[in-house]
Amino acid sequence: MSIEALYIILTGALVAASSALLGSFLVLRKMAMLGDAISHAVLPGIVVAFLLSGQRENLSLLIGAAASGLLATFLIELLHRKARLQEDASIGISFTWLFAIGILLISTYTGQVDLDQECVLYGEIAYVPLDQISLGSWWTGPRPLLISGLLFLVSLGYIIISFKGLKLLSFNQDHARSLGVRTQVWHFSFMAMVSLVTVLAFEIVGAILIVAFLVVPAATAYLWSRSLIPMLILAVVFGVLSSVGGYYLALGLDGSIAGAMVSVAGILMAISVLIIKVLKRT
Amino acid sequence: MDNWWIYDTSLWLVAGGTMLLSITAALVGGFTFLQKRSLVGDAVAHSILPGVAIAFLISGQKDPLWLMLGALISGWLSLAVMDYLNKHTKLSEDTAIASVLSVFFGVGILLLTYIQKKASGEQSGLEGFLFGQAAAMRLNDLYTYCALALLLISITIVFFKEFKLLSFNPEFAQSLGLPVGILRVLLNSMMVLAIALGIQAVGVVLMAALLITPSAAARNLSNGLKGMLWVSVIVAGFSALVGTLISFSAPSMPTGPWVVVCLSAIALLSLFLAPQKGLVARLMMQKRHQKKITDENLLKAIYHLGEKENSFAAWFHVEEITGIRDFETDVLKSALKRLIRKGLLLRQGHSFQFSRAGLDEARRIVRLHRLWEMYLNKRLRLKADHIHPNAESMEHIISPEIEAQLLEELDYPERDPHQSPIPYKP
Repeated sequence: MSIEALYIILTGALVAASSALLGSFLVLRKMAMLGDAISHAVLPGIVVAFLLSGQRENLSLLIGAAASGLLATFLIELLHRKARLQEDASIGISFTWLFAIGILLISTYTGQVDLDQECVLYGEIAYVPLDQISLGSWWTGPRPLLISGLLFLVSLGYIIISFKGLKLLSFNQDHARSLGVRTQVWHFSFMAMVSLVTVLAFEIVGAILIVAFLVVPAATAYLWSRSLIPMLILAVVFGVLSSVGGYYLALGLDGSIAGAMVSVAGILMAISVLIIKVLKRT
Repeated sequence: MDNWWIYDTSLWLVAGGTMLLSITAALVGGFTFLQKRSLVGDAVAHSILPGVAIAFLISGQKDPLWLMLGALISGWLSLAVMDYLNKHTKLSEDTAIASVLSVFFGVGILLLTYIQKKASGEQSGLEGFLFGQAAAMRLNDLYTYCALALLLISITIVFFKEFKLLSFNPEFAQSLGLPVGILRVLLNSMMVLAIALGIQAVGVVLMAALLITPSAAARNLSNGLKGMLWVSVIVAGFSALVGTLISFSAPSMPTGPWVVVCLSAIALLSLFLAPQKGLVARLMMQKRHQKKITDENLLKAIYHLGEKENSFAAWFHVEEITGIRDFETDVLKSALKRLIRKGLLLRQGHSFQFSRAGLDEARRIVRLHRLWEMYLNKRLRLKADHIHPNAESMEHIISPEIEAQLLEELDYPERDPHQSPIPYKP
């Protein structure tokens, strides 16, 4: 295996693992489609941050994306609770509107924004090895690998620190409230983490494939497990497997690596559904 | 010449095609909206991609009929998989939708990139399915799409009543003997086809908007299903026209996002600002009601003071009033100002007195309160110590007609169950 392949697989695996950890709670809280909406809605924020800062610099992108992600959550709540629009339509209208604005901004400032529609949708993981960065003299490697490594550490740390709160939030919100747990704090910190993963993974795997990484390995793990910790571990395993398998599938077909990673995640899920079905019968 | 565009036939061709596709999506999407399946529609739109790619791989050409067939099959397959995951596994509906959406789309991307690397030039139009290709529609393709769109519109008109029943009350439809299963399959197929067509105009990601945003915009501006569908069709056609015109005014401007931004703008305006049903109108009405209730409670409190002092002509200090009933300071201030403006109260420094009209109004509210207590006690046999809270809210609602009936029913009583006198007009 070449070093380039290792870089790509490792980056994909780290993004998949971070997404799987957070995505497990999205699945348990029945908020998978909200994750989908946020992953689209961050686009205008990213483009505006791009235009203002003039470069692909992570901190400003993060702020821009967080702002438009928050705007989307706020808009969905406003439409649903105040304007009394049904929830599915509130989500549908909010994210399509923001995504359309993002695409228009990209087309208007084509020259200034180093983003295009394809990149937005399916990322540039194949170019991971080209984007090199040096940390002093002791490490030189791809920047996306460094970012996804940090992302994984932050996600893991967050899950460990807030495990109890997230568990209560996912399984029994009312009970949590009655215990005096400040559920809003956990809710918003969780949504902020989901936005963070979305933004950082955005340029690596693209908008829609983030949703796949967030939801599919977690859903597959959910099918197999009866308690939370095994589910989290399984979700990470399925995420990493998808990343490794996807790389070689893409190599074989000479196609999009991110697309292939999601395809493998889907195949793992389909096999799981079938095996569980057979096991249940016998 | 600034009005070159009036004579640009290709512009009007694209505008006409986009309008027809948008109108079809809005019409079929009205039922998707009513069935609360907006996100299912979104998932189907993404799931069409692998079908189109496989159809191209098999047929080796970009014939719109072949691609439509592939789109239909994979759209249907995604519906079936979502349904299966939802019913036969422990995954919740939203997880099933999100999984199908992302996996089908991922497979589609993989196939599309595979085709791009393998085939030559010919495949270039397939990206149209991803981002919409309104501006690049070819005349022959347009004919096919228009024929299919007209087919969908006519089926909707023919089966309007059946679809309406199915969307609002499937159990009732079944009890009427309608073939619910077949109708559902028909409606689902129409949704998939409308999505496959609409994608030509706006692309995969924005397709959900074409399907449901017109209905969301129409909801607050119309009554009844027929009205909603008419308004949504007009909104969709208008947005498609405006979107096309804007995108033609500048090079490299995509049509789809402009159509969607236009649709969303109308929908948001209607959801927030529509007369009567809009958010602002409803909040204003709530505020008016709240003010009315505060005013009436204030008059009542002063009346109670008058009863205690045995004089309705006396001047009462603000602190005496708040001694009877607790008001927030700001609320009390503005209510007093309103009542003075309406000529119901007179003011002298920090003291207040009823005007003639004010006393009459206060009497009316106290009368309604005590009459209602009487009714609850005498007719509904509720205990005297249980009836006050209910009367507190009913006194603000009872209309003159109901008051007259209450009076008759109770035969003009003198005193309420707590032995307080019921005030009549002198």
